Amino acid sequence: MSYRQARYDEPLIFELKGENDFCLMSEDEVNIPEGMERRGLCLPDIPEMDVVRHYVNLSQMNFGVDNGMYPLGSCTMKYNPKYADKLASLPTVTSVHPCQDEDSMQGALRLMRELEKALCAISYMDAVTLQPAAGAQGEFTGMLIAKAYHEDREDPRTEVIVPDSAHGTNPASAAMAGFTVIEIPSGPDGCVDLEALGAALSERTAAVMVTNPNTLGLFEKDITKLAEMVHAAGALLYYDGANLNAIMGMTAPGLMDFDIVHFNLHKTFATPHGGGGPGAGPVGVKQFLEPYLPVPRIVSEDGKYRLDYERFDTIGKVRSMFGNFAVLVRAYSYIVALGGDGLKEVSQRAVLNSNYLKSKVVPTYEMPFAQLRKHEFVVSAKTLAKEKGIHATDVAKALLDRGFMSPTIYFPSLVEEALMIEPTESESKETLDRYAQALLDIANGDPAEIKAAPISTSISRVDEVYAAKELILSWRIYQRKVGLK
Amino acid sequence: MPLDRRMLDELGIENVEQLFSDIPGEVRMEDLPLPKGKGEMDVVRHVQNMLSDNVTADTAPCFLGGGYYHHFIPAAVNTIISRSEFITSYTPYQAEISQGMLQSLFEYQSYIAELTAMDAVNSSNYDWSTALGEAATMCHRILPKKTFLVPEAMSWDKKSVLKNYVAGAKLNVVEYSYDPFTGELDLDSIREKMTDDVCGIYAEVPNLFGIIDSQAPKLKQEFPDVPLVVGVNPLSLALVKPPGEYGADIVIGEGQPLGLPMNVGGPSLGLFACRMEHVRKMPGRLIGLTKDQDGRRAFCMTLQTREQHIRRSKATSNICTNEALLAVAVSAYLGMTGSKGLRSLARINMKRTAELMERLADLEGFDAPVFSGAHFNEFVVKTPLRPEKLNKLLLRHGIIGGLPLQRHVPRLIDHMLLTATEMTSDEDMDRLVAAFREVGQ
Repeated sequence: MSYRQARYDEPLIFELKGENDFCLMSEDEVNIPEGMERRGLCLPDIPEMDVVRHYVNLSQMNFGVDNGMYPLGSCTMKYNPKYADKLASLPTVTSVHPCQDEDSMQGALRLMRELEKALCAISYMDAVTLQPAAGAQGEFTGMLIAKAYHEDREDPRTEVIVPDSAHGTNPASAAMAGFTVIEIPSGPDGCVDLEALGAALSERTAAVMVTNPNTLGLFEKDITKLAEMVHAAGALLYYDGANLNAIMGMTAPGLMDFDIVHFNLHKTFATPHGGGGPGAGPVGVKQFLEPYLPVPRIVSEDGKYRLDYERFDTIGKVRSMFGNFAVLVRAYSYIVALGGDGLKEVSQRAVLNSNYLKSKVVPTYEMPFAQLRKHEFVVSAKTLAKEKGIHATDVAKALLDRGFMSPTIYFPSLVEEALMIEPTESESKETLDRYAQALLDIANGDPAEIKAAPISTSISRVDEVYAAKELILSWRIYQRKVGLK
Repeated sequence: MPLDRRMLDELGIENVEQLFSDIPGEVRMEDLPLPKGKGEMDVVRHVQNMLSDNVTADTAPCFLGGGYYHHFIPAAVNTIISRSEFITSYTPYQAEISQGMLQSLFEYQSYIAELTAMDAVNSSNYDWSTALGEAATMCHRILPKKTFLVPEAMSWDKKSVLKNYVAGAKLNVVEYSYDPFTGELDLDSIREKMTDDVCGIYAEVPNLFGIIDSQAPKLKQEFPDVPLVVGVNPLSLALVKPPGEYGADIVIGEGQPLGLPMNVGGPSLGLFACRMEHVRKMPGRLIGLTKDQDGRRAFCMTLQTREQHIRRSKATSNICTNEALLAVAVSAYLGMTGSKGLRSLARINMKRTAELMERLADLEGFDAPVFSGAHFNEFVVKTPLRPEKLNKLLLRHGIIGGLPLQRHVPRLIDHMLLTATEMTSDEDMDRLVAAFREVGQ
C-alpha cells in the first residue's frame, strides 16, 4: 500500500480573514475597575465554517492509530475503542461539576470506586488513588508517598535508585520529590545488575524504581531476589506501569512484591493519547502505605459513596479534584468490556505480536541481549549505520513514507542506534508482516533514497536547529521576527 | 478469539505460554480475579446506568464555580477534537507526519500569548494547581531563594498541590491576607511578609472571591526584582488588562472556561506562559515555528533539552503526557468566538453575575456580596446556615448550590461562593432566590 499524507499550505488561523458569526452578541455595559480595562484584543474573527475547515485540513496532516500501525516503544499505541469515547461524552460526565454535593454525583463516585477495585485486582495491590493526571505524576505521587512513609518512621532517606534503562520521567519525578537520584548500569544481559544494585543500596535508599518488563522488553529474571535486596535495605520497591500491557493475568506487581505501582491508563487501558494527552496515572499501594494516599478517598457506607478528607497521614493532593475523570470513564469501560479473560488475552497477544515481529526483522537488524521479549523489543541499526550510513532516524523517516509510524528511536540509550518497537495486541499478522517487510526494504534500500525520506508526508525533514535558534513560539513573536502583519 | 495459530507456528512454539517462560513460577498467576468480558451493548448500558445517578448542570441550575464553570460549548469544538487523526495520535515526536497537531498547538500557544500578553506559552500543564506548583519552582530557578508568597484567598486544592510541588526545592509557602472589605489582596500584608528570601509572589485575577483585583498591578511596581506569577480565568482576559501588561513573569490559569466540559474536574487544562527571558527555565513542551528542507513553513517541538527524556533528573519538570487535545479544543473554541465573541461572552458573564448579586442583596438572612470589589463571574455570600447543609436542601429543590469556602479559607465559616455564567437564566436565578427564601426562614 502506498501512502501519501495531505499536503496543504494551511495558513495559521491568525492569518485567516473573515467575519465573525459567533452569535452570543451582547453589548451590555460592565464595570471594570479603573486601570484594569483591557485595551485591544487581537484574536482572528472568522466564521465557524472556516474554523472547522482549518482544523479538518490540519487533522489530515496528522497521523493516529486510526490511520495506521503506531508501534512506538513504551507508548502502547493500541486501538482506542469508540464506545469508550462515547461514554466519556455523556452529559452525566461532561456536565457534572467536581464540587457538587456527594449525593448528586453518586454515579461518578461509584465508577471511580469500581475502577480502583479493578486496578487492585489487576495489580495485586491493596489500594489505589485515581488522582494523578499522567504516568509521570503517578511516579511523583509514589515518591511523595515513599518520602512520607520514611519520615513517619523517623528514618528520613534521601536517595532513589533508578536503572539506566528507565524512562526519563523516573529520575525527574524522584528529583522533584526532593530525592538524589542514583543511576545504576544494566548488566550484560540487559537486566538490572544485582551487584550494582547491591553496591548502591544503603540506609539512605528510600526507593528503587523498576520497570518490568524493562524498556528493552526483557522480564527481570531476578525480580524476586531484587525485591528481597531492596526490602532488606529498608527501601520501597516502585513499579513503573508503562509496560503493564505485557503481563496482565500472567503476573502482577503485587505478586512480585512491589510496594507502589503506577498505571498508565492511556497505554494499557486503551484511552486515546490525544496528541500528547490527556492521560491518567493512578497509583496503587500495599496496605501499609494506604494511609498516605492523596485525598479525598472515596468510601462507601450503607450503599452510598462519600468523600473522605479527614486522613491524618495523607500526602494531600497532587492535582485538583479527583483526577482526569473522563479518562477514567474510558478505562473503566474498557476493563468492563474485556473482563479478566480478555485482559489476559491482551497481554498474550501483545507478547505474541512482539516476538513474531522480532523474528521477522532479526538478524537484518541486530538484536542486543538475545532473549525472549515481552510486549516490545529493541533492535539496533548499528551495522546499517556503519555499512550504509542509514541511521535509526533514517529508518524512522523512511517508515513514515510507507504509511507507518516509526518506533521510538535512540532509547534506551544503552543500545546504540536503538529502534524500540511495540506492536501492541491490536495489530493483525498481515499488518505485522507489512511492517516487517517495510523494515527489511529500508535496510536493503538505496541509502540516498532512504536519507531523503520522508517525501510522502506533508513536509520534508524539519530544521530543528532553526527552531531552537529562532525560538518563534507564538504568533506575537513570529510577527515581531518576520515583520508580517 | 483464539490467538493466531500461524504466528505460533512460525515461531515454532506450541502455545503462547512458552513466551512467558521467563516469568519465574513463584510470581505467576492463573487468572485475573475480574468478571468475564461483556459485549459493547452491555458495556454501554452498564456504564450509562451507573452514571445516570449523577445530577447534571444541564438539568439542574448550577451555581458552582471556583475554577470550573458551566459554559456553553459550540458543537463544532467536539467535532474538531474527535477527528481520529488528532485524538488517536501520540506526542508529535515525528514532526513530518504530525504537522496538524504541531500547528494546532502552535496556534494554541499563540492564542494564550495574545490573551495573557506574554511571549512563550507551553503546550499545556495538567491543570491550574499543578501549573502553580511548576510556577513556584520556576521562580526558584529564576531567583534561587526559598520563600514563595501566596494569597490566603486561594483554593485548598491549590494550596495542597503547591505544598507537594515545592517539597523537592524545599520552599516555604507563606500566605498573605486579603482586605476584609474589598476582598482584594492586602498590600500591607505582602509588605509585612516580604523578606530578602522571597523567590516569587503569586496573585490571582480574578481571585478566589471572583474579584478583579485592582491591587495586582501594583506588585511589580513595588517589588520589581521579585518574580511575579499571576493566575487567571482566561475568559476574563477578554475585558481585563492582561498580566503581561503589568509585569508578570509567569501567567498560569485554568483553560476549562474556554470551551472545555467540566468532566467532574478533569481532564482540564493548565495554562502556562512566561516572558521570553525565562523560557529556558520553563516546564513542559514547546512548539516552535521552523522550515523543512525545502524551505516550507513547518513546526516542531523545541528546547527539548529542558525536558525529562533528555535531561532526566536535571529536567525543569517531570511532565511528559500533558493535555494537548484540550489545548486544541481551546484553540477551536477561540477560533469560533474570535475577539468579538469572547468579549461579548465575558460581558454576559459579568452582567449575569451582577444580576444575581442584585437579587440576593436584600434577601433576609443572606449577605451578598460580602466584598465590595468588582466581580467577574462569582461572588461570596454569607449564609444563614452551613453551606454544606444549604446545598443539600437546594439539591432537593433541584438546584446545584454554591461552593462552601471554609475548607479553602478557614475563617470564612458560613460563606459560599456563587457563580453565574451565560448559562444562568432568569428562571434559574428566580428558583435560587425562592429556595433561599424558603430555607432562610
